Amino acid sequence: MVRTHVLICGGTGCSSSKSEEIMSVMEAEIAAKGLSDEVKVVKTGCFGLCALGPIMIVYPEGTFYHSVEVSDVAEIVEEHFLKGRPVERKVYHEQNDADVHHATSLSETSFYKKQKRVALRNCGVINPEIIDEYIANDGYQALGKVLTEMTPEQVIDTILASGLRGRGGAGFPTGKKWQLARILVPDADQKFVCCNADEGDPGAFMDRSILEGDPHAVIEAMAIAGYAIGANQGYVYVRAEYPIAIKRLQIAIDQAKEYGLLGDNIFGTGFSFDLKIRFGAGAFVCGEETALMTSIEGNRGEPRPRPPFPAVKGLFGKPTVLNNVETYANIPQIILKGVDWFTSMGTETSKGTKVFALGGKIQNTGLVEVPMGTTLREVIYDIGGGIPNGKKFKAAQTGGPSGGCITAENLDVPIDFENLMAIGSMMGSGGLIVMDEDSCMVDIARFFLEFTVDESCGKCTPCRVGTKRMLELLDKIIEGNGTLEDIDKLEELANYIKSASLCGLGQTAPNPVLSTLRYFRDEYIAHVVDKKCPAGVCKNLMQYKIVEDKCKGCTLCARKCPVNAISGTVKNPHVIDPAKCIKCGVCISSCKFGAIIKE
Amino acid sequence: MKKKLTTVAFNGTAEQEEKLLAVIAKYRDTEGALMPILQDAQEIYGYLPVEVMRIIARETGFALEEIFGVASFYSQFSLNPKGEVAIAVCLGTACYVKGSGDILNKIVEILGVPADSTSPDGKYSVDATRCIGACGLAPVLTINGEVYGRLVVADVPDILKKYQ
Repeated sequence: MVRTHVLICGGTGCSSSKSEEIMSVMEAEIAAKGLSDEVKVVKTGCFGLCALGPIMIVYPEGTFYHSVEVSDVAEIVEEHFLKGRPVERKVYHEQNDADVHHATSLSETSFYKKQKRVALRNCGVINPEIIDEYIANDGYQALGKVLTEMTPEQVIDTILASGLRGRGGAGFPTGKKWQLARILVPDADQKFVCCNADEGDPGAFMDRSILEGDPHAVIEAMAIAGYAIGANQGYVYVRAEYPIAIKRLQIAIDQAKEYGLLGDNIFGTGFSFDLKIRFGAGAFVCGEETALMTSIEGNRGEPRPRPPFPAVKGLFGKPTVLNNVETYANIPQIILKGVDWFTSMGTETSKGTKVFALGGKIQNTGLVEVPMGTTLREVIYDIGGGIPNGKKFKAAQTGGPSGGCITAENLDVPIDFENLMAIGSMMGSGGLIVMDEDSCMVDIARFFLEFTVDESCGKCTPCRVGTKRMLELLDKIIEGNGTLEDIDKLEELANYIKSASLCGLGQTAPNPVLSTLRYFRDEYIAHVVDKKCPAGVCKNLMQYKIVEDKCKGCTLCARKCPVNAISGTVKNPHVIDPAKCIKCGVCISSCKFGAIIKE
Repeated sequence: MKKKLTTVAFNGTAEQEEKLLAVIAKYRDTEGALMPILQDAQEIYGYLPVEVMRIIARETGFALEEIFGVASFYSQFSLNPKGEVAIAVCLGTACYVKGSGDILNKIVEILGVPADSTSPDGKYSVDATRCIGACGLAPVLTINGEVYGRLVVADVPDILKKYQ
């Protein structure tokens, strides 16, 4: 009789901190204590709180262990599993203003309290490599219901009524997409259902976590989509950089086939659906739907002009529906729990929930799912735990290289598709990178632009050449050679590229620049007029200085300086010659008195 | 993304070629087979030298230019052999904001191998990679697949020492 279940995160984040090894050592320890029949170790998907990984939850009581190391395992098995005394020093404690209180279970922590997990409902709950666990948690019931009780039209009407919008970025109504693919080419001999798992937005990893933690939800939803539009072949296009996700998806597909939930004549209804995995090869543009299909066809992943839209002429020239992983993960729940349940969450125009990947300068880096309409303040401060080291919030970037920044003044705007557009950002796939006072916004804009220059496929001129020219202008500004005229040129060029590019990549590439210009123009001006980087990031605009009062004249920095730029005598304050200084930073890291500063 | 052809001499074995031919045979009837073939070929040889692309062209009927076009388009395909010690520093946004750029610079400084290249003796390769999705551990680097997370610049020398 199993009395205790130990859930250990096997997601990419925790696996990187040796959770797999912890699992095998733990199983050996449990066996050595003769507890194998009583204590069961379960490998799950991502719990979300990646900052504290590896994470381990012990049920039935829900004890939440974090930052577990291999060396802790023997003690946890002996003390907790054998003697019933949790190892307090490894249990998660929540810090409140007044006292440090003990959070007994996961759902009580402030990280989880405001979350609403729909797409992530099984992540960290079931073992993704065992289909029975998914089935036990209502898995494949939605597919059963659709195939036996609903017509394809009813399925489409349900998804339409739910108001579900694409979670990959643009927010196109999913039901509409399905409807078009069903009706536009009535005599098509073949149609396809595709899943976009080419999560290219740097800093977003919700699709990876869903595939790692709940791959069957995606498979089930794709089969439902196949039934709705009349397709019996699906493709999942997944990043080759996600080995764990690929492995679990393949296991899941194999198991589903074995159970007859994929393949011919599913549930004896005559409906057949098969699924294949195709690997992306590291091209950001392949997140764009037509480029993704070109890539599955085996070509350079260049986008095609639309129309014709994929619903008419998609993969291999056939009508195709393409949705993102997170979008699919919502589908079975909508079918099972109904439209009213789904529309009870969210705002007027954006229903349901959205998963965000919190990263950058934030306490609780990880994955969170909140109802649409939650404010950024709640996400960053209540759930994310705020900015580390007492620093000040400067901006949050959403939408990655296609998005923009959200500043402190907009922290209380309810997050939904329309509101983010209105403040010059976008939902994107849900990457949310927090920046503090030490981040230079010109440098961040340059970072994203360098990314798009590198990832531009080269097919259309505005994107291929235009973004390159923009990058050169930004480099000029960062190096301290910029003029006010350059800022205007940058803005003008950005607007041209936005309106003239062929696909979404080019049309959105200037967004980070436009958005930082909108909210942080003064920082750009400081770079070109005062030749200063207010955040102290841009090397060419910094001066290293020795604070006279703090310098003890120990001569260490002068000896370490590779270019002999520091002069002075023993026990007297030293001086840096700015003409010689190469700003390598060796002096700062060697000074024991904190006497050297950058300004 | 610009890619340079390698200057390292090709030394593929008959065994490798046999494996490659088996792969090509496996995908003979698959629509859009070029990508999976190139992915498996890279798995076999570790990279995609022009000699391998020639074999694929000969066997599949794809033009060599077309194959090169695909191989050079995607960042995952490497036209250069990786080093014995393959170092990859994540320059995704979450890592970049937390200083992975400085970590990359430190590695380049210590090893004297510029980013996105392999040392002439084939010992080290240093790559700046796209987001690997381990954002919770930012900044992150991987060496031969082993992940090192939550790094500061001062950690770099000790990590590199392990692979000398």
